[in-house]
Amino acid sequence: MEFKNLTLSKKTTFVIWVLIIAFIIAAPSILPVFRLNLLGRYLSLAIVALGVDLIWGFTGLLSLGQGIFFALGGYCAAMYLQITSSSEFPNNIPEFFGLYGVDNLPFFWEPFRSPIFSLFAIWVIPALVAGILGFLVFRNRIKGVYFSILTQAALLVFFNFFNGQQKLINGTNGLKTDVTQLFGQMVGSESIQRMFFWITALLVIAAWFFSKWVVKGRFGNILIGIRDDEPRVRFTGYNPVLFKTIIFSIAGGLAGISGALYTVQSGIVSPQFMTVPFSIEMVIWVAVGGRGTLLGAILGAVLINYAKSLVSEALPASWMFIQGGLFILVVTALPEGVLGWLQGEGPRNLLQKLGLKRKIETYPSLEIKNETEGLKNE
Amino acid sequence: MNKNTKSLLSLENISVSFEGFLALNDLNLSLKKGELRAVIGPNGAGKTTFLDVITGKVKPTKGDVFFKGKSLIGRKEHKIARLGVGRKFQSPRVFENLTVKENLEISVSTPKSPLNLINKKIRNDQLDEIEHLMKVINLSKKINSKAGALSHGQKQWLEIAMLLGQKPDLMLVDEPVAGLTDEETDLTADLLKSLSGENTVVVIDHDMEFIRRLDSNVSVLNQGTVLCEGTMDTIQNDKKVIDVYLGRPEE
Repeated sequence: MEFKNLTLSKKTTFVIWVLIIAFIIAAPSILPVFRLNLLGRYLSLAIVALGVDLIWGFTGLLSLGQGIFFALGGYCAAMYLQITSSSEFPNNIPEFFGLYGVDNLPFFWEPFRSPIFSLFAIWVIPALVAGILGFLVFRNRIKGVYFSILTQAALLVFFNFFNGQQKLINGTNGLKTDVTQLFGQMVGSESIQRMFFWITALLVIAAWFFSKWVVKGRFGNILIGIRDDEPRVRFTGYNPVLFKTIIFSIAGGLAGISGALYTVQSGIVSPQFMTVPFSIEMVIWVAVGGRGTLLGAILGAVLINYAKSLVSEALPASWMFIQGGLFILVVTALPEGVLGWLQGEGPRNLLQKLGLKRKIETYPSLEIKNETEGLKNE
Repeated sequence: MNKNTKSLLSLENISVSFEGFLALNDLNLSLKKGELRAVIGPNGAGKTTFLDVITGKVKPTKGDVFFKGKSLIGRKEHKIARLGVGRKFQSPRVFENLTVKENLEISVSTPKSPLNLINKKIRNDQLDEIEHLMKVINLSKKINSKAGALSHGQKQWLEIAMLLGQKPDLMLVDEPVAGLTDEETDLTADLLKSLSGENTVVVIDHDMEFIRRLDSNVSVLNQGTVLCEGTMDTIQNDKKVIDVYLGRPEE
């Protein structure tokens, strides 16, 4: 397929991808380590944002509790690093246990000695928790605002539980990873951090392809159908509970991977990952980037967080106002998000308003779409 | 237990109460296989509740519904749909953000499990079926348009095509001609008539001309119960029907 034959929205997507990949390849050589590490963290947040887009943008499930799965992934990664780096501590268990007089490793830490178990646990455990939680909620036909409230309540339950478990997971202090060892090196060292940057960049792209595959065909259409008219889907013979459980579980798994990558690059996981504002921010990234576009979720997560760190350095304490303003601007002026605006009629309308482009005389759809294509093109 | 084993669908002594208000009151109705049946009645007579009971959306407070000899009470909506009950809604409910083709794909796809949908491509015979349906509703040129961009009449027809794509044994059609032009109304009546025989069709409508054109048996509902059943001529001369329904000026 030639470039000029692609639709406008595909061209926009293509150009943005070229820019992203070029930037990712160039970043390690042009950015100082500190900035590169920040970029790596924000790229890992793009993965949880992809999950939010799958459940909210496509399926209409506004979850305010993605922090649960994000934190679970982070804890799985941190537990592996802590347990495999604890040989010099008393009883061969992580150092913090000594503070609370714990001599025996709690049973659930044992499997995290295995790197393979840990690699799976990072996404399987959050996906399972999301699946079970989702199934119970969806089976009872809880939706809309009630679903959002319930996920936020679940988030608070997890937050409080993790905060209180000093003897199991160091409670409110969380688990540090930057002083642990991986491949004989400090996790916080520059070479390991560079490696995590590359892993994150590859996983963001992989997660995008995976999400694209999920929403591409009939499965994705059913998700959109559930978002727009769930009873209609049901009367057509589909069981929305199954579809919603699956997609919520996928989003949970993505959140887990995201949380693990974020943890190893920021050096600590703590119950702070499960605060209410953080999970709401995830939704804001997707709303600003563009709901139901996938790429918008990535752009929203990375750009908003980068802006946040730049603004916070220049004008401390002003970021909350800017973020709030950005959200209001998007909700009122760009309901489709920035990418939705770019891919739709936005730029054309803007150019017309500025008098730089002639108004078209027919319906836009007649110009853009070739409606006589028919089935044979598929 | 079921005296009407030969009928495809039978409702026996169905009552539905919404917080004390009886939407359906001891309703009895049965349909033979291949029958075309029109159901009319004034506003609030319980026509839509009647469909809700069959499709599993509303659980009756009393009575039982049998479809192909099986009780439908307590079954989930999607299970009832898979048994072969298809429903077209009052206002056209198509998936507006999907294209015409994607809408039809959703209706013809079987099996309806998530794994099948995510793993496999749509089968060729299902594509042929879609092409056939597109011709029936005359939307072949709009196949890749968003369903939301269709006119009201086209949406009505698309929803009928989606119903056909499900290949149901029983079709429940709620006000298929609301908002259609006279010509479209006639075409719809002919389409529904041609479907009966092979399919069993229940049509709910207000439009008397349309019902007459269907040339079928008519059940008149009033206050949640069947007031009268028979051909159009019979019911038009029925005194009870004239009193509650036909005699009054229509809005």
